[in-house]
Amino acid sequence: MARSSPEINAGSMADIAFLLLIFFLVTTTMDVDKGLQRMLPPPVDPTQPLPPPIKERNVLPVLINSQDMLMVKGKPCSIQTLRQQTKDFLTNPNNDPNLSEQPLFSERLSLTESEEKAFKILGDIRVSRGVISLQNDRGTSYNMYIKVQNELAAAISEIRDDLSMQKFGIKFSQLKNEDQLDAIRTAVPMRISEAEPKDVGGK
Amino acid sequence: MAKFRKKKSNSSGAISTASLPDIIFMLLFFFMVTTQMKENSLFVKVTVPQATEVQKMEKKALTSFIYIGKPHQASVYGTEPRIQLNDAFANVSDIAEFVAAERESKNEADRPFITTSLKIDQETRMGIVTDVKQELRKANALKINYSARWVEKI
Repeated sequence: MARSSPEINAGSMADIAFLLLIFFLVTTTMDVDKGLQRMLPPPVDPTQPLPPPIKERNVLPVLINSQDMLMVKGKPCSIQTLRQQTKDFLTNPNNDPNLSEQPLFSERLSLTESEEKAFKILGDIRVSRGVISLQNDRGTSYNMYIKVQNELAAAISEIRDDLSMQKFGIKFSQLKNEDQLDAIRTAVPMRISEAEPKDVGGK
Repeated sequence: MAKFRKKKSNSSGAISTASLPDIIFMLLFFFMVTTQMKENSLFVKVTVPQATEVQKMEKKALTSFIYIGKPHQASVYGTEPRIQLNDAFANVSDIAEFVAAERESKNEADRPFITTSLKIDQETRMGIVTDVKQELRKANALKINYSARWVEKI
């Protein structure tokens, strides 16, 4: 009787494992989905009364036409200056009567629950009443639309960073404390309202 | 003297490769666990725009995707941007049904956190995007994410 070998030769095990490894290496996609997160306004309920109108000085109308050209507050504008213009509008450092109102927390008639919290954490600071109204044409390119959304978001995040630096000494993106994050978010809200698009430029 | 002299060891001995399969298996398991197979093949060409202010999506399991772009097979489907839901072309009117089905498939506790990720080609015109957004509003899928590539500076 021939002696059967007691062990299977495991030398090729590594090769088999390598083959599988390479298969998974090739098929793996480790991309994390990234993007600009927004909330759409809820559908309009015709039975509800219209919300009170907003003062003209508190609205920053941003229009994009079908040629991807920008108009901010009735004047043509370029994408490079949009960020600064938005920051100026929202912070209004020189108290310009044409830019947004900046009431102190203590000057306001009523505060919501989250505003009370922010008041406690941040103290009596000026909070902008400004709203950015974004309107695009049906012919606007998606690339331009995202660029504008990105600039507006960048303006708001710069203001948040400034406030966070001033109050807590670190940037908003590095804040860990949930209460502080919420306070800054309340003090510098992202108010971008999107109007119904126009169809002027055709397709 | 000779007492302290080290014995010359036979240094040319081969390194043992007995543990090599184990190391490779470890790597293999790592990739097996982290891999996720592509869920649906794309019929439309999507190159998402660039942005600097992107945020990471929190929960991938609670995300439903809508793709908009020019069809790959232009000779069959034309060059007009089309919407792709799941594994087929769709019309704007199909979105309500799609959102309802997605919502139904998720755990009830997680439903408020469902996000719709819009993967839209950068050359698309806003008309079709707006139609999709209006349809999402009607279907009450208000949390959206404009998918974008992160870049340092535009």
